[in-house]
Amino acid sequence: MSLATAADGAVPQQNWLDRLGAGHIILAIALVLYPLVASDFFLTQIAGYSMIFGVLALSLMLLAGYGGMLSLAQITVAGIAAYAVAILGSNNSSVLGFGWPWWIVVPFAVAAAAVSSALIGWISVRTEGIYTLMITLAIATATFYFAQQNYAIFNGHSGYAGIHAPVFWGIDWRDPKPFYYLCLGLAMLSYAAVLYGSRSTFGMTLQAIRDNPRRMRALGYHVTAHKVFAWFLAGILAGLAGVLLVWFNGRVSPGTIGVDVAIDILIIAVIGGLRHPIGPFIGAIVVILMQTFAIDIVGAERFNTLIGLVFLAIVFVSPDGILGLWGRIKPHLAQGSLRAGP
Amino acid sequence: MSILDQPSSSSLSGGGMTRRQVWGLVGLLAAAIVAWLVFAVWPAWLNAILISKKAFVSAILNGLTLAGLYFLVASGFTLIFGLMRNINLAHGSLYLLGAYIGYEVTSRTGYWLLGVAAGFVVMAIIGVVMQVFVFRRLEGDDLRQTLVTIGISIVAADLMLAVWAGGTYQIATPEWLDGALTLPVITAVRSNGASVFLTYPLYRVVVLATAIVIGVGLWLMLNRTRVGMMIRAGVDDRAMLSASGVNVHAVFAIVFAVGAGLAGFAGVVGGSALSVAPGEDVRYLLASLVVVIVGGMGSITGAAIGALLIGLAEQIGLVYFPTYGVVLTFVIMVVTLAVRPQGIMGKAR
Repeated sequence: MSLATAADGAVPQQNWLDRLGAGHIILAIALVLYPLVASDFFLTQIAGYSMIFGVLALSLMLLAGYGGMLSLAQITVAGIAAYAVAILGSNNSSVLGFGWPWWIVVPFAVAAAAVSSALIGWISVRTEGIYTLMITLAIATATFYFAQQNYAIFNGHSGYAGIHAPVFWGIDWRDPKPFYYLCLGLAMLSYAAVLYGSRSTFGMTLQAIRDNPRRMRALGYHVTAHKVFAWFLAGILAGLAGVLLVWFNGRVSPGTIGVDVAIDILIIAVIGGLRHPIGPFIGAIVVILMQTFAIDIVGAERFNTLIGLVFLAIVFVSPDGILGLWGRIKPHLAQGSLRAGP
Repeated sequence: MSILDQPSSSSLSGGGMTRRQVWGLVGLLAAAIVAWLVFAVWPAWLNAILISKKAFVSAILNGLTLAGLYFLVASGFTLIFGLMRNINLAHGSLYLLGAYIGYEVTSRTGYWLLGVAAGFVVMAIIGVVMQVFVFRRLEGDDLRQTLVTIGISIVAADLMLAVWAGGTYQIATPEWLDGALTLPVITAVRSNGASVFLTYPLYRVVVLATAIVIGVGLWLMLNRTRVGMMIRAGVDDRAMLSASGVNVHAVFAIVFAVGAGLAGFAGVVGGSALSVAPGEDVRYLLASLVVVIVGGMGSITGAAIGALLIGLAEQIGLVYFPTYGVVLTFVIMVVTLAVRPQGIMGKAR
C-alpha cells in the first residue's frame, strides 16, 4: 500500500486512505470478515477456489490486458509449479518425492513456473497477436499429452496424490479458515502488485508496446525483452496459484492441466473483463458459482453447455466482459437517479 | 519468363549456385536416401539400428497416411485463417461432428460413400451457417471471433457427448476397401531365397490417395479458377478485393463451406481408419494448429508440408521413442518458430 503512494511524487501528497479508494477498503474489510458468516464450504470450495483461479486468470489478464498477448498456457505454468511441489515435497504415490520442507519447495516451484513461463513467452512472442493464442494452445496441449505419457517425471496418467499443505506456527494451512486467509492474502497481494505494476515504468512501457510495438522498437526499447519479462511476472503469479491449487486439491494429474482447464481460465478472464485487474476475480467468482450451482439447474452433464452459452453471450454482448457491461450500465443508472430525483 | 522479370527470387549466392538449386540438390539427395531405404534389402547393421525394415517402412507409410488425414483437416483450417484472419478453434469439433454424422449415415443406410458425402455436405452447411450468423456479425474483430469459436467448441463437445455418449465408434468401411495390398517393397529375404513383401491395409493407401487428390484439386481450384483467384486475392488484401467489386461475403461463405466440409470429410475418412470418440476434436485441433504453425498460415502447400512433417514425426516417434512422440512434434514446432516464425511457406507480414 505504501508503495502506491510512493509511485508518483508529482501528484500532491494525498492521504493514503484516499489514494486506496473507498471501494478497495470496503472490499478488503468485507473479505477479511467473510469467514465470520460463511460456512466451511463457502470458505474453501467457493471463495478460496475462486481466488486461486482469480490469480491464475489475473496472470492471463496481465499478459492479455497490458501486453496484448492472449495465452492459453497459464494453467500449464501453474501445473509446472504444482508438479514441482509434488516432486520436491512429499507425496504418497511412491514416485520421486524428495521430501524437502515447504519453505524450500515453494520458491523452487514458483521459480520453475516463472522460468518456464518466460520460455513459453520467448517462443510465442516471436509471432504476434492472435498467433500467440494458437502457439500457447499448442504448447498447453502438448504438455498435457506429455505429462500423460511420461512416467519418469510426471507419473503418467495418475499423477501425484497425497500432497499436504504445510503445518507451521501450529496451524494446518489446509484447514478452511487458514486456507481462506492464505488465498485471500495471495489474491490481495497479486491484485495490488498488478495494479501497482501497471502504473510503473515497466507497466507503462508494456502497454505502449501493446499499442504500437513498431514505434516502441524505433524509440529504442527492447520489445522482446519487455514481453518476455511480462511472461516471467505472469509466471510468478501463475506459479503461486499453482502451489495453492495443489495444496487445495491434495493431488495433481494431467487432468489438472488439461485443455478444458486452460480454456476455463480464458473464459474466466474474458467473462470478468481484461481491462482491470479486478475483472479476473469477478469472472472467477461467477464461473465457480456457476460450476457449483448450475448442476442443480441443468444437471451435472450439461454444465459445459451452459457455461459455453454464457461465455458466447458475454463475448457477443460485451467485449469487455462483466466489467464492460457495468461500465455501460453505470451511466444509465446515474442518469436514471438524476431523473428520479426531486 | 526471363531472369530479368524476377531478379529477387533467383539472387546469386557466392558459390555459383542459387539458393534454390542448393535446396533442390539437398532435396534430391534426401529423396534418393529414402528411396534406397524403402526399396533396397537392408544390410544387417541397418536392421540393428532401426529395429527392422518392416517397422521402419510401416512407420513411414503410417506417417504418410496420417499426414494425409492431417492435411485434409488442416487445409480447411489454413484456408479459413488465411482469408478471414479467423482462427477457427471449433475446427476439431467440425471434424468430430462430421465423423459422428458419417457413422450414423453409414450404419443406417449401409453405404459408406453416402456417409462420406453426408459428412462433407452437413459440415459445409454448418460452416456457412457459422459464417453467416456468427462471424459476419463480428467482422473485423479477430479476437472476438476466435473467442466465439472457443465457446462454440465447448458447447458442441458437450452436446456431442450428450447425443453419442462417451463410447468409441468405428465407421464400417465397405468390402471393396477392406483387405491388404502387397507392396513392391522387400522387407526381408528368407533363408530359401524367397523375398517377403510388405503388405499394407488397402484402406490406408486409399486415404493417402484421397488426400493427394483433394490436395491437387484444392490447388487447382485456388490457382486455376475464378473463385480461387478471388480467394487468393482476399488472402493478400481483403479490402482491395472488396473494392474491386467482388462480393467478399460470398467468397467467405464459399471458403468456410469448403473448409468446414473438408473437416467433416476428414472426420468420416479418419473415423473409418481410426476411431471416433470424445476428445478426438482436441487432438485434431492440436494437429491442425501445429501443422499450420509449421507450414505457414494461409498456405495450402504449407499445410501439405506441415502435415507431412508432423504425420511422419508422430508415427516414427511412436515406433522409435514411444513415450516422447508428442515431444518430437513439439520440437519441430519450436524449431520452426525459432528459425522461421511465419512458418515454412508463410509470408512475412
